[in-house]
Amino acid sequence: MRSSLLATTLLLVSAPLAGADTAPLQDPYFAEALYFARQGDYFDAISRLDTELIQHYGVDEPQLDSLHIHINEAEFSVGDIELSYRMHHRAGRAIKAVIEGNVAPEVRNEAIYRLARIYFQKQQSMNALHTIERIEGKIPPRIVNDVTFLKGQIYLAVGRFAEAEGLFASLQGEKSHIGFAGYNLGVSQFSQGKEEEGIESLARAGQVESDDRATLAIRDKANLTLASHLLDSGRLDQARIYFSRVRLDGPYSNRSLLGYGWTYIKQEKYDKALVPWSLLLDRNVTDPAVQDALLGAPFAYGKLELYGKSALLYNRALDSIGIELDRLDSSVKSIKQGNFLKALVREEIKQDPGWMVKLRKLEDAPETYYLMELMASHDFQSSLQNFLDLESLRRKLESWDEYYNSFEEIIEIRRQYYEPLLPTIDDQFRKLDSRIRLRVEQRDRIDSRLQTMLVSPRPEYLITAEERITRNRLDAMAKRMGTRMEEVGDPTVHRIRRLRGLQLWNIATEYDERLTITFKHLTALNLDIDKMKKIYASFVRTRQAATQSYQGYDDQIRRLRNKTRDAMTKVKQLMARQGNMLEVMAVHELEKRRTALEQAQVKARFAMAESYDRATMKQQTPQPEQQLEQQPEQQPEQQPEQQPEQQPDAAESTGSDAQ
Amino acid sequence: MLQVVTVTLALIVALAVQSAAAEEVSREQIKGLDEQVQEIKADVLGISSELNLLEEKLLYPSNTQVSFFVSLKADDGFRLDSVELELDGKSVVHYIYSFKELEALQSGGMQRIYTGNIRSGVHQLKVGVRGKTSTGNDYHKTESHQFNKDVAPGLVEISVAGPGVRSNTVEFKDW
Repeated sequence: MRSSLLATTLLLVSAPLAGADTAPLQDPYFAEALYFARQGDYFDAISRLDTELIQHYGVDEPQLDSLHIHINEAEFSVGDIELSYRMHHRAGRAIKAVIEGNVAPEVRNEAIYRLARIYFQKQQSMNALHTIERIEGKIPPRIVNDVTFLKGQIYLAVGRFAEAEGLFASLQGEKSHIGFAGYNLGVSQFSQGKEEEGIESLARAGQVESDDRATLAIRDKANLTLASHLLDSGRLDQARIYFSRVRLDGPYSNRSLLGYGWTYIKQEKYDKALVPWSLLLDRNVTDPAVQDALLGAPFAYGKLELYGKSALLYNRALDSIGIELDRLDSSVKSIKQGNFLKALVREEIKQDPGWMVKLRKLEDAPETYYLMELMASHDFQSSLQNFLDLESLRRKLESWDEYYNSFEEIIEIRRQYYEPLLPTIDDQFRKLDSRIRLRVEQRDRIDSRLQTMLVSPRPEYLITAEERITRNRLDAMAKRMGTRMEEVGDPTVHRIRRLRGLQLWNIATEYDERLTITFKHLTALNLDIDKMKKIYASFVRTRQAATQSYQGYDDQIRRLRNKTRDAMTKVKQLMARQGNMLEVMAVHELEKRRTALEQAQVKARFAMAESYDRATMKQQTPQPEQQLEQQPEQQPEQQPEQQPEQQPDAAESTGSDAQ
Repeated sequence: MLQVVTVTLALIVALAVQSAAAEEVSREQIKGLDEQVQEIKADVLGISSELNLLEEKLLYPSNTQVSFFVSLKADDGFRLDSVELELDGKSVVHYIYSFKELEALQSGGMQRIYTGNIRSGVHQLKVGVRGKTSTGNDYHKTESHQFNKDVAPGLVEISVAGPGVRSNTVEFKDW
């Protein structure tokens, strides 16, 4: 049933979640579910909506239920909210039901788009490709650009660069994907070896105007990617232009400053390289670019023959690296002690997602700055969200287990109150009930007889009690008269006959009037009967409510308690596994950093010793030292092995989803 | 000496990712666990729905159940701070809104502010609304509403709007 309903209209799906531009909902419980969904409380939203749907399908006449007019929206909203709650399987099933249903092309195409997006988000590019290629015919105007962009991203991910290029090119100038389409256009062109077109596209993406943080970030990324590519190609003056376009307070600022310095190093303009690198030296030392600068700056001073300054800076670098290594060690230790997970489930994270970075300020918490890149990755984020969701489920299940105890206590109190009272009430009710039934039957008989009398008049049925007494008395007199009643001249007989005749006359002539009055009385009686029935029904309901308030819950509560406890066991197991996974990911990341820093430390030690040697030699024998110093400049080792940003490739494509 | 210089240069670019000693997590592991998490979510949601139904039947049977819902008409300037409810002269709720809750209300959500039990018959609901107008002045309005509770659950919507939207800040609708 759900599937068929799901298949009716997808156009309505996003509407209730979209916002205030929609008509007010005619079902307060549905609106309540949206109230939760719009606060990001997806569990409660789905739970409320599921409950409402169960109740809706459970009523005898669903078409009279207020949810009836919104039933399709409600079904789709469940799928939508499930998607937000990262229940892709269930949401995917709901959306597939729409695709396979008999629906309008617009509806079907939107469903296909949503399903393809789910696959793409789950990094199932081939599934996403097969899905999105099923789009045929009319697409709802509001998602046309989204479909094009997603299709481009998918083509990029599966290596169909030329088709991706065409799609991203068609989005140029569209405000909805400003910056993102341009960046991906450049990436797709570079991937095909279209060097100049790629440069042009990234240069354009690096100059878009916007106040949006995500757009500004992609603008920076376009500039950094392009500049790094030009640095690799030896087009150093051009590279500098693009490095300089990266904002100094943006997320790519450090890498840009590092790269900017490298353009000068490659041109052997060491003094100029020191300008951006000196800026970096004052920044957070946990950043890899800053750590590079820690060694790069003394290297440049060395090249400028300022060996003393170089040695001092190497010494500073060694101190910083030592501190960072200690910090990394304590961070790994902290993670292994479980402090990372403890910090992750703190309430602040729910209020402010950026708070995670501030974990480092907590006592015993690991240094999260090193984990920022990891934390920004899809794998870590989905694992973290799962862990937080599991923690939330654990808390709910724990509180529900307490509910059952309270419910049982309530039920027991009600049982103790009602059970002694009910037998007496039931006894009285039975007596009253038999009387009521009797009266109702009498009334029904009267009604039936009156209905018959409408077609075959029976005046004798409408004689009054007084008339009946009179008639009986006349009959008794006639009986006493015996055979004298046959005599014609007897005045007594005459009187009896006259009186009988009069009575019959009255009954016959007043029949219609009497029938009308009788119907009026019946109507009045009906009102009383209705009143009595209402009282009766009210009593029955109250009586039932009394019983239902404590009977029939035992099995349900037992079953729910067992389910809750089973779920709790599973949640705890999954939390342990998910938590362990997060810890392993974090430790792995920190270990990578430590390895790199350890290598840097070894090299810095050699470099520092060398600088001291040179400084000493310069003081002692300036002339030979100058000769010696001319040689390294001819060495090929001066070519950098790694720039701050590699040439763009398909894997680096950025979607507007990142916004 | 030259060798030392070579090392120095190599050092500057030494941030290439090195193979780490720590164990890595594979994508399959992440995916497998994610699927299990989705399954347990579905299980717990099922329990939650059953529990909602049980709770309603046990604590708020339909013949005595009454619920009040708050909705908010979007208004550029008006900020709803709190709502107070009195049912038959007795204070039952005093709710203060957070920013997220206000946003949810403004975008069409409805808050079930109170659910309780009452007898059948006529009842009196008094609603006090506090907020700030677009000019920053404090705003306070109290409205009363009489409603009839019959056998079915009683549902009353309290529709709140800023003074700039309509003359009646508080309107009622019996569902």
